This record gives sequence, structure tokens and C-alpha cells, in this order.
Amino acid sequence: MAEKNRDLIDQNLQDLNDDGIDRRGFLKCMAWAGTGLVWTMSGGIPVSRAFAKSADRTAGKSADFTFVQISDSHIGFNKPANPDVTATLQTAINKINAMPQPPDFIIHTGDLSQLSKPSEFDTLDQVLKRASAKQIHFVPGEHDMLSDNGEQYFQRYGKGTKGTGWSSFDHKGVHFVGLVNVANLKAGGMGSLGHEQLEWLEDDLKGRSTSTPIVLYAHIPLWTIYPDWGWGTDDSEQALSYVKRFGSVTVLNGHIHQIMQKIEGKVSFHTAMSTAFPQPAPGTAPSAGPMKVPADQLQRVLGITDVNYLVSGRSLAIVDSPLAALEPSQTGGGMAVLESTLR
Amino acid sequence: MTRHNAWFVGLLAPVMIAVLGLAGSTTVTAADQSSGVAAEVKIDNFSFGPQTVTVPVGATVTWTNRDDIPHTVVSTEGVFKSKVRDTDETFSYTFTKAGTYPYFCSVHPKMTGTIVVK
Repeated sequence: MAEKNRDLIDQNLQDLNDDGIDRRGFLKCMAWAGTGLVWTMSGGIPVSRAFAKSADRTAGKSADFTFVQISDSHIGFNKPANPDVTATLQTAINKINAMPQPPDFIIHTGDLSQLSKPSEFDTLDQVLKRASAKQIHFVPGEHDMLSDNGEQYFQRYGKGTKGTGWSSFDHKGVHFVGLVNVANLKAGGMGSLGHEQLEWLEDDLKGRSTSTPIVLYAHIPLWTIYPDWGWGTDDSEQALSYVKRFGSVTVLNGHIHQIMQKIEGKVSFHTAMSTAFPQPAPGTAPSAGPMKVPADQLQRVLGITDVNYLVSGRSLAIVDSPLAALEPSQTGGGMAVLESTLR
Repeated sequence: MTRHNAWFVGLLAPVMIAVLGLAGSTTVTAADQSSGVAAEVKIDNFSFGPQTVTVPVGATVTWTNRDDIPHTVVSTEGVFKSKVRDTDETFSYTFTKAGTYPYFCSVHPKMTGTIVVK
């Protein structure tokens, strides 16, 4: 199945600069069109066409702070799509440690483990211990809740969280909310936040100034990418209704092991690459199972997401970095066009 | 050793043919009620196949995960619930009462199936 789809998912970089979110106008991108998005290359790094120009303007500016999103490390996975997921996670951590501006913290958006085994969490802890950023915020993926209703996960990573593991915190004027949409899933459905969590979220955001930048993060996308594969969250609309009044909202997800982005008004949605194995673009394979790519190309479809925050522009710049860079000549295969307008 | 294997394959062959013949829906008849009837469901490409299986009372259904990703087999009405099943692991349940048993994978809830017991 996965072998049929040999096309690489292109890595990309997107850069929502200081006029990307806050200006009266807004970037309006056609969400998801066909089989993927087109990204252009700039200086050896893939850059999304829509944001390439603005990225140039911000070059040289240093961010007020930076954090990194890693996702879907799937420690314990050992199938042909990546027989050594611990090594690729280590590569990701090395990449983080080599960043010119060290991140204030790391967010892991779930699927830490493959089978929720204590040994898998142990290995993850060992690797994450080597990260220069000592603070790591977690939300669980469905793979972390496979046994004992996620008891292992909660004991290790759920301290101080509420319900099934949701929490919020403030950092240098930005409000971060970690949501759990992988618990108590219903037959035939997609991801689910549930009534109790939605009530908590509404309460958590109540009274906050609309000028506070909001970052929501959760494992399964909080926007519907591909319902046939369950790539969405049934009750995400309600969650998003609570953040609509804010001037800058960034939604970071994992689960689909590839980069997707959409901007809707002031809300910017983004999914991260996995550090373990790629998955096919929606509808391009019989199922969402791990996609096997030639070994020498694996590190080009795995990666990390680095988010820079500029207080002056109250905006976030999101940069996706593959573990190994693509050659410019290797982009473009099997990609659809991203229709975008900058108003 | 070789002779032993040949005997084993000969015994398995009719079973394999029966399994390969399964389509989107299948009915397993009770050829021998006393020894119990067995039916198979394969988990492949994030789906249960056949999606609907009809078996007589007393039949044992065995699910086998053929994916590279773990799955579960969970009765929607709480009748049965497997532990997480990794690649090539199986789960079996014996149905002792007539009825319709919808189930799903609690990890990937878009995956659904039904066992009909007559």
C-alpha cells in the first residue's frame, strides 16, 4: 500500500510575518486543494509561495522568543517506514540544540510512543533529556492512550493538567492552550474534545484581552483535513468559536505526519511533520498507514517546527525544517497549486 | 521436518481458500455446531474486512491486524473489548447470544464493523 506512493511530500517553510495576522487585511489561502500545496525554495529551504515575499522583509529581525514544536515521535515503532525512530528523534533534538536562538521551550503534540509502553516512554525521556530546552509541554496522541486509559502517559506527562490532560500557560504575553482530542473517541467519529473540556476552554479564555496572542495545540488537527481518514475533530468548531474574538490565533497540530496549513481570518492552522515516519497525502493511498520512502530520503520528510514570536508585530513566524534539506531540483513532484491572495 | 510441514500445509489449504473467498459481507454456516464455528476478520488498510460477518450462535470470530499500525476491536455497546493489537496480533471472541454487534477501533474510530449472530 504505502509503497505505491513513492512521491515525497515536499517539506516547506512558511513564514507568517508581522503583517500576516494583525493587519486589517489578511492572508486568505485556499485551504486544502487536491493533493498538496506548492512550496518554493529559497536558499535551499523550501518556502511557501504565499509567504516567501514577506519572509524576505523580516530577514535579519530577531524574534522576541522562539519555541519548537515536535510531533509524532512514535517511540517503539520499528516497521520498514523507519526502523530507528529513536535515532531520528535524536537528530531532531540535535537540530533544536543547534538553533542560533535557543527555544524557550518545546511543545510535543502527541504520539510520543507507539504502544504506550513504559519502555517507550523511558526511551523518549532519555532522548528529550538531551534537549537544550528543559521545559517541554505535552499533549497526548491516540498512541499514548492505548493501555490503561492513558494512565502511563498521565503519570509521566500529565502533572498539573486537567481532565484527560488539557492545560494552559502564559509565556511572555502569549497564551498557550494544550487540548486533548484523542480521549473517549466514538465509533464512526473523528477526534473529540468533549463537553467538559470545551467548557473549561471557554472559561480559560474568558476575560482575556483580544490583543493577547493565542496558541492552541492538540494532536489531531482542529480543522477538518480529510474526514474519510478521521483527520479532523468533530467538535473543533465550538472550540474555535471561543477564539474568534482574538486578534492572533495559531493552531498547531500533528497526527497527519505532514505539513498542511490554512489561514482563516485571524486564525492560522498548521500541522507538523513527524520525527518518525511520513504518511501519505489525503486520498493518495488506500489508507493513512506509514509511507515508506527510500532510506536516503527519509530525513527529508521528517522534521521540526520552529515558531518565532515578535512582540512588535504581535505575530508568529512558523518555520518547518526537515531533518535533512531538500535539493532545489527535488521539489514540486505531485504537488497541487496553492491558490493564495494577499490583501 | 519437511514431511511434517507438508502435512500442515495440506490441512491449512482449505481454510486459506475459505478466508480468501470472503468479500464485503459474509455468512458462516454451522457445519459442525458441536465443535464451534470460526470466522475471520482481517484488519487491513485501516478497515475491517469483511465489514459485516454473519455467524451462528456459538461461533468464535478472530480478528487479525495486518497493518503496520496498532488497532483495537471494541464493541460499541460494551460487549467485548480487545487490548491493543499490534501487527499480526489477533483477538478472538465467542458469540453466545443471537444479535447484532457493531464494533469499532477505539484508536481510529472511523474504522467500524458489524458481527451478526443468528
